[in-house]
Amino acid sequence: MYVIETKDLSKVYDNGAVPVHAVNGVDLNIEDDEFTAIVGPSGSGKTTLLNMVGGLDSPTAGTIVVNGKDLSRMRENELINFRLNHIGFVFQSYNLIPVLTAKENTEFIMLLQKRPKKERDARVLSLLKEVGLSDKINKKPSELSGGQQQRVAVARALAAKPDFVLADEPTANLDSKSATNLLNIMARLNKEEGTTFIFSTHDQRVIDRARRVITLEDGKIVKDITQN
Amino acid sequence: MLIKISWRNIWRHKLRSAVVITAIALGLWAGVFIMGFYFGIIEQKINDVVRSEVSHIQIHHPDYKKEDFNINYFIPDGLTISEDLSVDTLVQYTSGRVISMGMIGSAKANSGVRIIGIDPEVEALLTGIDNKVIEGAFFKGVKRNAILVGQKLATKLNIKVRSKVVLTFQHINGEITAAAFRVAGIFKTLNTTYDESNVYVNNKEFRKLVGENITYHEIAILLKEHEYVDTAAEKYKGLYPGLLVEDWLEIVPLMRYMTDMMDQVMLIFMLIIMLALMFGIVNTMLMAVLERTRELGMLMAIGMNKFRLFNMILLETLILAMVGGLIGLILGYITIEYYAVKGIDVGIFSAAYESVGFSTKVFPQLEARYYIQTALQVVILSIFASLYPGRKALKLKPVEAIRKI
Ligand SMILES: Nc1ncnc2c1ncn2[C@@H]1O[C@H](COP(=O)(O)OP(=O)(O)OP(=O)(O)O)[C@@H](O)[C@H]1O
Ligand SMILES: [Mg+2]
Repeated sequence: MYVIETKDLSKVYDNGAVPVHAVNGVDLNIEDDEFTAIVGPSGSGKTTLLNMVGGLDSPTAGTIVVNGKDLSRMRENELINFRLNHIGFVFQSYNLIPVLTAKENTEFIMLLQKRPKKERDARVLSLLKEVGLSDKINKKPSELSGGQQQRVAVARALAAKPDFVLADEPTANLDSKSATNLLNIMARLNKEEGTTFIFSTHDQRVIDRARRVITLEDGKIVKDITQN
Repeated sequence: MLIKISWRNIWRHKLRSAVVITAIALGLWAGVFIMGFYFGIIEQKINDVVRSEVSHIQIHHPDYKKEDFNINYFIPDGLTISEDLSVDTLVQYTSGRVISMGMIGSAKANSGVRIIGIDPEVEALLTGIDNKVIEGAFFKGVKRNAILVGQKLATKLNIKVRSKVVLTFQHINGEITAAAFRVAGIFKTLNTTYDESNVYVNNKEFRKLVGENITYHEIAILLKEHEYVDTAAEKYKGLYPGLLVEDWLEIVPLMRYMTDMMDQVMLIFMLIIMLALMFGIVNTMLMAVLERTRELGMLMAIGMNKFRLFNMILLETLILAMVGGLIGLILGYITIEYYAVKGIDVGIFSAAYESVGFSTKVFPQLEARYYIQTALQVVILSIFASLYPGRKALKLKPVEAIRKI
């Protein structure tokens, strides 16, 4: 069984002069433990695809089944709850609540899940340690560098114990050293904890780190290779 | 955690929040103080009325008022009842009065008056009418048939201390009787209407003129404590089932209307203040929501449901309003308590105030329940104020908010 399974997934934006087929009949299967990059030129539909898989956007046609659940059949509040408990998100920026510290940001999602305090405290500290931020737990996002903020976002995404983590261009705003660092952490979490990561990127060095690379063009999968 | 977030969010824009909080604090401060001011006036008015006019409890013949104060309806056993009451544990003083409607005439003019026959000594203790004498003396300096008239009446009749006046009234046997009196003193209360229509004479002398068998038409009772009123009224109603026993609120129901009406006026007044403040809060919260689109979108994306999102906005509004509200209430409390002791001189308006029976110094006061009521209004206000900004937040689509990232 696949973690993610899409069939003939399409998204058409019909609000301009000509309809845009942002995602056009995508059949995609993602297995557990994957470390997969979605690549392709700008406008090829990476964000649209990830948003639909993450239950943030609804398809115009086709189905997305996550862990056996059909997302397109869920109502809005059901979807929010599903996202909370099954999907981790790392965005390009604005991932964190500005008024909360690294520790509180990571803990926040577990509070939404109503996890007991003991579990929260232990998990937050171990996750921040894993992303190398043990000495920054009481810092607010504004006191952290871009790379550090993204690492908090990864810790936050993992805190919820999701089925998989979606990251849309997580390194786009980072310098190459921070980008490599973030990728190292993600790769290690994938290997050691078995966390499934699906991320989109333009960065060749990031692409090189992925085990599977799916290339999109005009909303269609044109290449799907598994490397090393 | 939501409280923590809301609290810190408020201080993200220190100046903006401080402005709203100050506005709320000032609005409530003014509102609470004005409430205290008006309730102070009313309380004083009530005190004046009770202390110098109606006393706490009055006893009459059951038909006395119905029969238009006909002198035939005096209190049977009035003298004994008055004696008994004066030694009752709840009672401070009692005063029995012989009352008749009549005319007062001077060389210049005539005027309709209520002639009140009193025992000067006890009446002085009960209503303090002796302190209201501004010219002449309280039943002194005139040997027989002394009379006390109000200043307004004295002016109207053009009479002075020691002037002779003639009282005309009906004897209990139906004959119209006239008797000469001499002005011993001129009094002035806070109520000029009262001064114009009431005169005091000695009840023993007056009884001889209207009918020896009359006891009292009215027994007024001043209790040791204002709080005894309900207990005492109930007790005497049980003790004298054949008589009309009334407490001050039954005698002057107008007083109750005054308090009730003031309650309503103040409620409307506060609501208007609140409404004005609400626009300020709505505006601030709307700004707070709109500038946080991405953050709120992110929160919905990672799994914060609409209920919690709305709660967060509501909480932020509540805290904002309550901080301001609390400051306003405390400032209001302090000023009211300060002036409750010191008093506010409203001397400039004194002429106008006195004519309707108000004192010239106001001692503001406000019962605890009005503070609680105001605090509750602030809470309700914040809930209303958060509806629109909250709706805006709920309408956000996470994808669109995220796209802007
Ligand atoms: N809300 C929208 N309304 C209309 N068209 C849209 C909307 N969002 C995206 N598109 C279009 O859909 C197509 C795919 O966009 P998408 O953002 O998924 O591409 P992408 O691969 O993520 O690009 P990039 O690498 O620049 O992030 C583009 O042509 C884009 O213009
Ligand atoms: Mg994109």
